[in-house]
Amino acid sequence: MVAAEGAGMIDFLGDVLAFMTDNLWGTTGIANRLWEHIQLSAFATAVASALAIPAGLTLGHLRRGGVIAVSAVNIGRAIPSFAIVALALPISIRLGLGLGFWPTFLALVALALPPMFTNTYTGVSEVDPAIVEAGRGMGLSGRRLLGAVEFPMASPVILAGVRISTVQVVATATLGALVGWGGLGRFIIDGFAQQDNVEVFVGGLLVALLAIAVEIVFEGLERWVIPAGLRRPTSPEESLVAVGA
Amino acid sequence: MEDQPFIRWSWVLDNLDDIWQRTVEHLTLTVIAVAVGFVMAVGLSLIARRYRRTYGPITWTAGVIYTIPSLALFAFLVPITGLTTLTAEIGLVGYTLLILIRNIVAGLDGVSPTVKEAAAGMGYTGRRMFLEVEVPLALPVIIAGVRIATVTTIGLVTVTALIGQGGYGKFILSGLNRFFTTEIVVGAVLSVILAVVADLALVGLERLLTPWSRRKAPA
Repeated sequence: MVAAEGAGMIDFLGDVLAFMTDNLWGTTGIANRLWEHIQLSAFATAVASALAIPAGLTLGHLRRGGVIAVSAVNIGRAIPSFAIVALALPISIRLGLGLGFWPTFLALVALALPPMFTNTYTGVSEVDPAIVEAGRGMGLSGRRLLGAVEFPMASPVILAGVRISTVQVVATATLGALVGWGGLGRFIIDGFAQQDNVEVFVGGLLVALLAIAVEIVFEGLERWVIPAGLRRPTSPEESLVAVGA
Repeated sequence: MEDQPFIRWSWVLDNLDDIWQRTVEHLTLTVIAVAVGFVMAVGLSLIARRYRRTYGPITWTAGVIYTIPSLALFAFLVPITGLTTLTAEIGLVGYTLLILIRNIVAGLDGVSPTVKEAAAGMGYTGRRMFLEVEVPLALPVIIAGVRIATVTTIGLVTVTALIGQGGYGKFILSGLNRFFTTEIVVGAVLSVILAVVADLALVGLERLLTPWSRRKAPA
């Protein structure tokens, strides 16, 4: 029995390998789906950060809007990402943008906003008041104070926010397959529809590896970007726990 | 879909039975996941606190599970456990672990040494010290973790619609498949309401369990 199960397992992994080599190239192949997934995730995260980070910097600098910052993350957590993707479909159709790319894009931007906004706001508004005072004493204007003192001091927390958002975007882009988009989620959704466990497994494996790769990239980025004096052992989950607590 | 209203109330009224049934299903999936996750997290936290060297590996493993997107995790499990409630629960429990372990350990570690010393001076030792001094003082942080885990789980339950479970997620999925906006909106709104209600209930539980913290609030 155990031997038979072991053999079944080996057969299954063989099928997985065969599926991957047979479906590497072409428009519906793994390479292209992976590229679609990365492209849309990067685009959505970039647009969301262009909206959320300046807003967070401004409000954080003025020390205004703390309520928005806290509720943004809490509301963001309460709305299931699956619901955001699903709700984006009727909205996109109403706007005349149709199926596929646009509803997925809109959903991913909406999803990426709260963590980046909240972390930027929190990072800037919690810079030690003594340091801000010192900057003012040295004659820095509001804008230069933000650029030369508050932004660099807050950069670890801001980057942690970008990391949380990016990981969520990459994970949720998988659901784009439900609203007619491509990406790696196609393998999982199509596999479920055809009851093809091999295809489902391949999709799951690729999505999981991509998510872990994104975490590793950010791990490196944090080491690279953050000024040496500010490095501390924070991870995105820790800042989430802190906000919730 | 263009000319549909966002919500068609007649559909809601016609489907109240269904809505109730999905509410029970959603709540059951959530409660089982958080309860099982909590028991496992307590065990793992106690191990991590007794043998400090295990804390890194335990949270690292829980962190890797947490990083894997939910649909991908279910995709791994379906070939083994099929389109079942068990598959859904394994995934849901997995996601609660990181949050719960972090907060349980942080809560217990946060108990002031001065308080423990005072308790020791009053004759508290071992098990009584843990249950009557450390745990009550750690409760706010532990419950904060349970709140995050619960709200996250309620959201993730909707995804399990794709493996034939799902509670309110079934409305969302069926709305997507039939291009029927009302069903999507109903599924999404009810899920948010459930998350808010569960969160408030846990805040209430915290107040009940920590009566002393209320006295500190200014009158």
